[in-house]
Amino acid sequence: MSFVPDFFGQALNGLSYGVLLFLLSVGLTLIFGMLDVVNLAHGSFYMLGAYAGLATIAVTGNYWLAMLVAPVAVGGIGALLERACLRPLYRRSPLDQVLLTFGFIYLFEDLVKWIWGGRIRSIPPPEAFSGSVQFFGATVPSYRLFVIVFGLVMAVALWLLIERTRLGAIIRAGVFDAEMTAGVGVNIDLVFTGVFAFGAALGGLSGVIAGPIQSASPPMGAGILIPALIVVVVGGLGSLKGSLVGSLIIGQAETFGKAWLPGASMVIIYVVMALVVLLRPQGLFGRALK
Amino acid sequence: MDQLTRRRFLQTASVAAAGAAVGPWVLRAQAQSSPVKIGVVLPYTGVYAVLGESITQAMELVFARENWTVAGRKIEMIKEDDEMKPPVGIRKTEKLIDSDKVDILTGPVHSGILMGMRDKVHNSKTILIVSNAGADAISRERCSKWIFRTSFSNWQPCQPMGGWVAKNVSKEVFQIAPNYQAGKDMMAAFRETFLPAGGKLVAEDYPKLGETDYAPYITKIKQSGAKAVFAFFSGTDAVNFVKQFDQFGLKQTVKLTGAGFLTEPDVLPAQGKSALGIITGHFYTPVLDNPVNKQFVKDFKARYNNKTPDGFAVQGYDTAEVILRALKAVNGNTQDKDKLVDAIAKVEFDSPRGRFRFDPKTHNVIQPFIYVREVREVPEFGLTNVPIDKVADVRDPGTGCTLPA
Repeated sequence: MSFVPDFFGQALNGLSYGVLLFLLSVGLTLIFGMLDVVNLAHGSFYMLGAYAGLATIAVTGNYWLAMLVAPVAVGGIGALLERACLRPLYRRSPLDQVLLTFGFIYLFEDLVKWIWGGRIRSIPPPEAFSGSVQFFGATVPSYRLFVIVFGLVMAVALWLLIERTRLGAIIRAGVFDAEMTAGVGVNIDLVFTGVFAFGAALGGLSGVIAGPIQSASPPMGAGILIPALIVVVVGGLGSLKGSLVGSLIIGQAETFGKAWLPGASMVIIYVVMALVVLLRPQGLFGRALK
Repeated sequence: MDQLTRRRFLQTASVAAAGAAVGPWVLRAQAQSSPVKIGVVLPYTGVYAVLGESITQAMELVFARENWTVAGRKIEMIKEDDEMKPPVGIRKTEKLIDSDKVDILTGPVHSGILMGMRDKVHNSKTILIVSNAGADAISRERCSKWIFRTSFSNWQPCQPMGGWVAKNVSKEVFQIAPNYQAGKDMMAAFRETFLPAGGKLVAEDYPKLGETDYAPYITKIKQSGAKAVFAFFSGTDAVNFVKQFDQFGLKQTVKLTGAGFLTEPDVLPAQGKSALGIITGHFYTPVLDNPVNKQFVKDFKARYNNKTPDGFAVQGYDTAEVILRALKAVNGNTQDKDKLVDAIAKVEFDSPRGRFRFDPKTHNVIQPFIYVREVREVPEFGLTNVPIDKVADVRDPGTGCTLPA
C-alpha cells in the first residue's frame, strides 16, 4: 500500500461524489432561496430524472439525449407542481408546504412504481466513458472523471447565469426581497415558476448523471434527500457558492471517513454539519439570520 | 299465555339438553370448516418489495394448484406489509396473531423483524414458518419449537464457500458486507472454513446498509493487493457494488465471490454484464436440472408474465408445500398445535432445490446442496447463475439450540 496514490484516488472519489451532491443540492438551495420553500420532493425530482433518462435510453439508446430529455421533462413537472399545488400555499405556514412536498415524495414514488414497477434498474454509462483510466497511480472510472468535469462546468455556468445576466439579477433580487422586486415591475409569479422549474430540472439532471454510477429504484429519491439537505445546511440556505463548497466538503468528509475511519463513517457528515451549525448557524455562505 | 304442560316441558328440556351436548361439536365443526388462516408478514413496498413479491407469487402458485383448499378447508392468506421496518413488522405480527387469530404465520424478509417477533410468536404458541430472514440465532440459542425455517440460515450459503474459495480461487481475500448482523454472520461463516484451509484475510470492511457510493472501499480493495473478494450485498447495494467494482476495472485483477444474494435475479438484470464471472454460493439457481424444478420454472413463467423464478420464489414454494402437506397429514385440524408442529417437522418432499426436509434439532431446512455458481450468459435464461460445483447436506450447526424441548 502506498500513501500517495491511495490519497489521490480517494480525493478523486470524494470529488466525484461531491460534484454529484452539488448537482443535486443546487436546485434545492435555489428553490429555497427564491421561494422560501423547503422542497422535500426534490429527491423525487432526482428519481424522476433517472426514470425519464431510463425511458429515453430504452427508446433511443442514446445517453446524451437522456441528459437533455430528463431535465426538460422534470422541469415541466416542477412547473406544474408549483402552479397547481404550491402557489396556493405561499401565504400559509411553511409547515403546510413541507407537508405538501412530503406528500409528493410518496405520490411520485407510487407513480413511478405504477409505471415502471418496483424492480431495481440501472443506466449503463455512455460507450465513450465505460472504461477506467490510470491517474497518478490511482484508478478512476472514466465516467467519474466526466462527472467531475461536467459538474464543475455546470457550477461555472450557473454562476455566470446568476451573477452576470439580467435574468440572474432578477433572481438575485427575488431572493433578496420578492415584494420589492415585484414592485419594480418584474412579473414575480412567472419568475417563481421559472425558478422552481429550473431547480426541478437540475434535480432531474442529477438523476440522469448519477444513473450510471448508482442504481435506480422508486425509493431512491427519499434516500438521497438527507445528504442533500445536509449540504444545504452546511453551505448556507439559498447560496450557490455555499451549495458548491458544502457539497465538496461533505463529499470529501464522507469519502475519507469511509476510507480511514470506517467505524465512524456513518456519523462523520453529521459531525461536520453539527460543527458548522454551532460555529456559523447560517451556514458557510448563508445570509446571517435576522 | 300457554299453559306449561308436562309434555311441553319435556320437549323443551330435551331440546335444550341436546343443544348443550351438541354445542361444542357444532362450534368445533364450524372451526374446522372455516378457512385456514395464513398470516404473511413481508415487505410489499420499498426496494425489498420484489423479494416479498417473489415469495408471495410462489405461495399463490402452489395454493392455486390446490384450488385454495386443503383437507376440505379453504385457504385464506392475510398479507401484511412490514415495510422492512422492525417496529412495523412487529406491530403487524401482533395484529395477525391477536386480532386475525391466524393458524400459521409466515415471513419475514428482514432478520431484525424476525428477532423482534420471535418472543411474541413463541409465547403465543403461534406456528411460524420463516420464508426468508436468515438470522443464525433463530436456529441456535433463540430457536423455538414453534418456529421453522424453509429459507436458510445466513451461515448456510457462506460456510461451504470459505474452503472452496481458498482451494479454487485464492488464499488472499478481502471481505466486505453491510454493517449489520446478517453481514457479519455471513463473513464469520466464510472464515470458518477459509482460515483452516490456509486462507489469509487481507482486510475487511463494513459499509453502511443502503450505501450508494462504494468508491472509497473499492479503492481500498485495490490498494490492499487482495486477489479475491468475498462479499455479501443484496438489493440496491448489490447493484451499486457490482457495477462500481466493474467500473473501477477491478474485475480483471480481483475475483469477486460472495453469498448468492449478490447476484440473485432481483439484481442481476440491473447489474448486467458487470456481473459476469462472479462466483457465489446459494441453494438454488433456476437452471437446476431436476424435474420438479423444470415444472416449477415452467408454471411460474406461465403464471407470472414470463418471469424466471429466483431463490426467494423457491422459499415461497417450499413454505406453501410444507403448509399443505402438514395440514393434509393432520386432516386440516389446526386446533391441536402440538400435532401440527410434529406434522410440519416430518414433512419431506422433492422441492425445486432438491429433497426438502427440516433438521429435527433446529427446525431449520437442511440444504440438499449449496451450489457454487458462476454468472454466465446462457441461451434461454440469458444472464444467470450456472452451477459449477456443489456441497451436499449443509445443515446449520445449531449451536445452543436444544430442540425438541
